[in-house]
Amino acid sequence: MKDLSDIRLEHLDILKEIGNIGAGNAATALSQMLNKTIDMKVPAVKVVPFNEISNLVGGEEVVVAAIFLRIKGDAPGNMFFMLPVDEASRLVQQLVGDSTIDFSEEPINEMGASALNEVGNILAGSYLSALSDFTKLNMQPTPPDLAIDMTMAILSFGLVELSQAGDFAIVIDTEINELGEDETIQSKGHFFLLPDPESLIRIFHSLGVPLDE
Amino acid sequence: MSSVVGNVVKVGMADLKLAKPPQTIRTSGLGSCVGIIMYDDRLRISGMAHIMLPDSTFARSGQLNRAKYADTAITDLLENLLEQGASKYRMKAKIAGGAQMFKFSSSNEATRIGPRNVEAVKRILADANVPIMFEDVGGNSGRTIEFDPESSVLEIRTVNKGVIQA
Repeated sequence: MKDLSDIRLEHLDILKEIGNIGAGNAATALSQMLNKTIDMKVPAVKVVPFNEISNLVGGEEVVVAAIFLRIKGDAPGNMFFMLPVDEASRLVQQLVGDSTIDFSEEPINEMGASALNEVGNILAGSYLSALSDFTKLNMQPTPPDLAIDMTMAILSFGLVELSQAGDFAIVIDTEINELGEDETIQSKGHFFLLPDPESLIRIFHSLGVPLDE
Repeated sequence: MSSVVGNVVKVGMADLKLAKPPQTIRTSGLGSCVGIIMYDDRLRISGMAHIMLPDSTFARSGQLNRAKYADTAITDLLENLLEQGASKYRMKAKIAGGAQMFKFSSSNEATRIGPRNVEAVKRILADANVPIMFEDVGGNSGRTIEFDPESSVLEIRTVNKGVIQA
């Protein structure tokens, strides 16, 4: 198979564009759910060596609430929706209307976990449907799963598949910003898309920019 | 990449390094990965590997990062330590990691990677006749570990269960 090192700037730009379309969809869904202005954008698509990936989320040991979904279909991959644990608590408190939910405490509040999973589900679903419209590839998320732990411990799990083919990941990193009345950023999350190596080849192929040129 | 901060040698993902006093050696955020420490407590020399996968024969790409796989990483750790004068007969190991970060995930084989890594590490260490003096493996929590070759103490931190020393 082709090596990921064949990826050029042009390919990354295309991924960024697709990412932005998916993020737009997901932002609309989340805004409606929360009745707030949510802004999502893809600041960059990067080829990141494994040992630098944690820098993207502010350090290896930062505790985050992460929802994991596996993408099935024509272009398999892993997806993570990550929020600092305090932000996740706040989001779910608003969503469920229960201000006692605190994800930094064990055991995890079941109602809260279920609500957060649902947020992840909606985000992933709207993101993926934009992606599959654009690429004409069939992509479906598995049911979401939640973990609250160190960033790196969670991310590394999503890299296992990729790690069999190389030592770096293509990371489509999406910033999720909740905007206040005066357009200020109130909270920040990350949405990671980690396509399996074969999937990237398939995605580029279906977009008419194959990797092996 | 700077990998030594103060006296702490930092081992990244799919990485392998050695340390001796006054250095300590650490790796952060072990999830399904396993941290393997091998040491000679008389010479006070130690090495740590942060492996991601059980077996290098599954590698799909041409260039092999030997520190990524349990089999090749353990071989290299042992060799590097012996080169530094460590004794094969005094060689001991401590291991940590191999968690299942997502409990309820579907039947995806990748979700079992933690336990598979642990099984592989134990088998390979046994084959190499290196006794495992301490292990903190499995479960559902990420771990950050730091080893002090001076005292042979391994410190393990998790998000919810605090710190243990062994």
